[in-house]
Amino acid sequence: MNKVENNRAWFLVTPVFLLVAFSAVIPLMTVVNYSVQDIFDQNTAYFVGAEWYREVLNDPRLHDSLLRQFIFSGSVLLIEIPLGIAVALMMPTRGWTASASLILLAIPLLIPWNVIGTIWQVFGRADIGLFGWALNSIGVDYNYASNPMDAWFTVLLMDVWHWTSLVALLCYSGLRAIPEAYYQAARIDRASNWAIFRYIQLPKLKSVLVIGILLRFMDSFMIYTEPFVLTGGGPGNSTTFLSQTLTQMAIGQFDLGPAAAFSLIYFLIVLLVSWLFFTTITHLDKAK
Amino acid sequence: MAEIHLKALAHSYSDAPKGPADYAIREMDHVWKQGGAYALLGPSGCGKSTLLNIISGLLSPSDGDVLFDGKRVNDIPPETRNIAQVFQFPVIYDSMTVFDNLAFPLRNMKVPEAKVQAKVLEIAEILELQDMLKNKAKNLTADEKQKVSMGRGLVRDDVSAILFDEPLTVIDPHLKWKLRRKLKQIHEQFNITMVYVTHDQLEASTFADKIAVMYNGQIVQFGTPRELFESPNHTFVGYFIGSPGMNVVEVQRHNGGVTFNGVDIPLDDGLVDFLNQVPGNNLKIGIRPEFVHVSGESVLGAYEADISHLEDLGTYKILTFRLGGETMKARLDEDQEVPSGKAYVSFPKQWLKLYVDEYLVEDTYDE
Repeated sequence: MNKVENNRAWFLVTPVFLLVAFSAVIPLMTVVNYSVQDIFDQNTAYFVGAEWYREVLNDPRLHDSLLRQFIFSGSVLLIEIPLGIAVALMMPTRGWTASASLILLAIPLLIPWNVIGTIWQVFGRADIGLFGWALNSIGVDYNYASNPMDAWFTVLLMDVWHWTSLVALLCYSGLRAIPEAYYQAARIDRASNWAIFRYIQLPKLKSVLVIGILLRFMDSFMIYTEPFVLTGGGPGNSTTFLSQTLTQMAIGQFDLGPAAAFSLIYFLIVLLVSWLFFTTITHLDKAK
Repeated sequence: MAEIHLKALAHSYSDAPKGPADYAIREMDHVWKQGGAYALLGPSGCGKSTLLNIISGLLSPSDGDVLFDGKRVNDIPPETRNIAQVFQFPVIYDSMTVFDNLAFPLRNMKVPEAKVQAKVLEIAEILELQDMLKNKAKNLTADEKQKVSMGRGLVRDDVSAILFDEPLTVIDPHLKWKLRRKLKQIHEQFNITMVYVTHDQLEASTFADKIAVMYNGQIVQFGTPRELFESPNHTFVGYFIGSPGMNVVEVQRHNGGVTFNGVDIPLDDGLVDFLNQVPGNNLKIGIRPEFVHVSGESVLGAYEADISHLEDLGTYKILTFRLGGETMKARLDEDQEVPSGKAYVSFPKQWLKLYVDEYLVEDTYDE
């Protein structure tokens, strides 16, 4: 076959090239640029190499919020994934109740983050919030504004309320895709309900669970709005997660150099953990 | 061991069936004998899968009873019915190895592990799966998966019947005959009743000793492949079995026989007498293309027909001709002389079948 050389064909990739450049490469490179310089004003900037990275990596404030972040994301996954699966298993499959429960589950997903924060901020107040008032009136000393444990509990509850639906809906669609013959065969093989779940439903849910775990990990790892609206990261620093620490550093203190270095590290952590999840799960799959 | 008796069985998916049209299975009485290899043959939507699911207990019949060895099992769920079922698409437990798949029903029944080992190895040997016991079942080919799902039925000592629901649908053609032969061999080795649902007459006749042909929710004929071929009990059987199917022509009564569009066909006296007694006007005659006699010269009792076209299928030829406005087919041997333009066709009496209201009417005196 004759191949025609035509270098003008390169122009065809220009739109994609420009799009990727403006949406990803240029902003990211700007951050890289900041992260290796110490900038005083428009005309004064010094190249500092890996200095900011070293500083950021040794900052105890960041260590603390990184630890908090991992505990938070871990708890989110530990609660939302099993709960989502359980909800999906219990959802009706036919009739109007099926549609009704789908709509009901979709509602939290449609609410903007800051509205969620506001809802729970009011809902949890001991004086005018139903939730806070109810807890206090049955004798539980609940106050998210002063007690770190209560604040944590509220942020977690908020996230579970907001996002379990996503896992449940993903699992629901996965469950619907299992052919009836599997259940029939399992009955004939005298499988218990647990065995049906363990050997039919769970394996068939694996691909949607990978998506669910990745989405929930990435999202919860970057949580910002909800704790910010609820307590502004407090009480103390108890609900100050990574993204808020970063914002304080970049906007509050205007330490652009360290903030840029930190952004890149943050980005790499999300990438690394997601990659680890993904490869572990796909590798488990390939094992003979 | 079980003889499966369907007693006055009927099934409707509707809650309040109004007429026969609402029934997926119309009332039938049928016995599958212990140890037989049976096929349930019929077109899509004739109710054969419904019937199979009723036997296995996945579906509860709306009318009548299912008896296993005379015992009513209508209300017994599939897990305690001592049957196994192989589905159209292979059902295997993806996350388990082949061994664990085969052991699954036994482990669910809490069989001691030593016995599980022995039984699984024995069945794997028979199914020729012994080399892949440690492999993950999801990596098997479709025919191996089907063997695994059959194996899950065979490992159980209590299984007395295996039901197959079009099990070869997803199998490559060159593996189909191999698997079919395996089924046959297993049937001979184990004293198990097998019921095989299919819409493929070749599969049915190679697998089964007796075939039940289903049409419109009814078993219209139950017989050996030869009986189905030589004397179809219903026009549908004539049309469905054989390639090409039976020539079936609508006819009217006529002096000493029947007629269509000026073509008079004499019948035996016994049949003529019978015809004069029945009121129905839905009369048909049928003859298999294999039995139509074709000649280039006019012979006694032959009709002159126009040849439409000839298909040469290598080992035989199909001749399409028009007689009295009806299109009919004849199957000729490869080396038979084929006349062109006109042909003289005759219908040997013993192969010419008369149908009243779609059912075969036989000459009673030669039985």
